[in-house]
Amino acid sequence: MVQKLETLRESPSQTAGPYVHIGCTPNFTGIALYGGDLGSAMKTGPVQGTEITIKGTVYDGTGTALRDAMVEIWQADAAGLFASANEVRGQADPNFTGWGRSPGDMETGEFTFDTVKPGQVPWPDGRMQAPHITAWVVARGINIGLHTRIYFADETSANATDPILTRIEHQNRIPTLLAQPEGAGTYRFDIHLQGPKETIFFDI
Amino acid sequence: MSDANPTGGFIPRDRNWQPDALTPPYKTSIKRSPQAALLSFPTSLSEETSPVFGHAMLGDLDNDLIHNFAQSGQSAIGPRLIVHGRVMDETGRGVPGALIEVWQANAGGRYRHKKESYLAPLDPNFGGCGRMITDAEGFYEFRTIQPGPYPWPNGMNDWRPAHIHFSIFGHGFAQRLITQMYFEGDPHIPLCPIVGALKSQEAVDALTAPLDMKRTVPMDSRAYKFDIVLRGRRQTYFENRVEGM
Ligand SMILES: [Fe+3]
Repeated sequence: MVQKLETLRESPSQTAGPYVHIGCTPNFTGIALYGGDLGSAMKTGPVQGTEITIKGTVYDGTGTALRDAMVEIWQADAAGLFASANEVRGQADPNFTGWGRSPGDMETGEFTFDTVKPGQVPWPDGRMQAPHITAWVVARGINIGLHTRIYFADETSANATDPILTRIEHQNRIPTLLAQPEGAGTYRFDIHLQGPKETIFFDI
Repeated sequence: MSDANPTGGFIPRDRNWQPDALTPPYKTSIKRSPQAALLSFPTSLSEETSPVFGHAMLGDLDNDLIHNFAQSGQSAIGPRLIVHGRVMDETGRGVPGALIEVWQANAGGRYRHKKESYLAPLDPNFGGCGRMITDAEGFYEFRTIQPGPYPWPNGMNDWRPAHIHFSIFGHGFAQRLITQMYFEGDPHIPLCPIVGALKSQEAVDALTAPLDMKRTVPMDSRAYKFDIVLRGRRQTYFENRVEGM
């Protein structure tokens, strides 16, 4: 026998279920509370950098759009700084929260984030990562929240040296991580839970 | 450890403990589960940071589901409960400043949602959601009513055990977690295909709150204790960093 390693186990995940919007975006469901839904506005004033809109839809393995998903994104500001207590490299843009939460459109399921193009953030070894946004998807039928990243198709040179993108074995799946410009500062980032276009999801 | 990673990475998630994406008895998982392997990599700043939620954003009734949606002088119908517990990380340290959002059915098992079709009645004084932020040691509590079990379309006759949904934000986006709390002694627990996504009795137990008579308020509310564990950070030698919020 040896001594015991005294660590706790992470609480097991359970699906967010069909009514996650009641808990996380109650005003969206018609429950007027809290003076508004958290994460509905990422900009609280004039922001630094390039303002962009990201739109997308979450699809299941049959190609059907999810209308009960919730997507959250978390990102650095235009200078590559996070509005986090753990940010020690400098002061992030005070008018940018870096965090957005979208319940998707009631009818189509399309999610929308009005945000800014993130700056570059270092990888633990000091190399610069390509501009990216961390995304997290929950819904009925998803037993544990799915992490992925939104990179930008128009960041060709930064993407070419990104520590994660360059180590993906199936390079033909990288387009699933690229938001595509749709003109006028808008990008599309659809998420496919399953099937030939299945998004790369991360175990981080 | 480089300066680019001052907070220490998160301990990897134990995928042998957490539920798989595909659990066929829970039918909706079949077409909503990724089939390719997850891409594993260590956390970086993008996952080790997290938005800050301050106590200042909270209203007085945010953690009182009995009253936060009720008409003045009214209260939600159902057995009155206090749910309390502590948010910790895997190393056993309390997680202060964690945002917890909860949602649940009313005492009859009905959610306040336009897509909900269960014939049990709505309670006009119950919205079904609340939120709170953990204190300096990671403790939280809220007041609510006992949610009812409810039927759901899956098998021919599936019922959810009574449960409360929890969404938790820790100090890093990698800790983001949604789960459900069940009630000690509920006979629906072993029958439920969603509970069945859990891989062991130990995992089911980790989500089952015991009745806590010591926190019961006599002649007012019973109490259940529900502790939550988030992923921990790797420790560094001689660490004396103050934990960020
Ligand atoms: Fe539920």
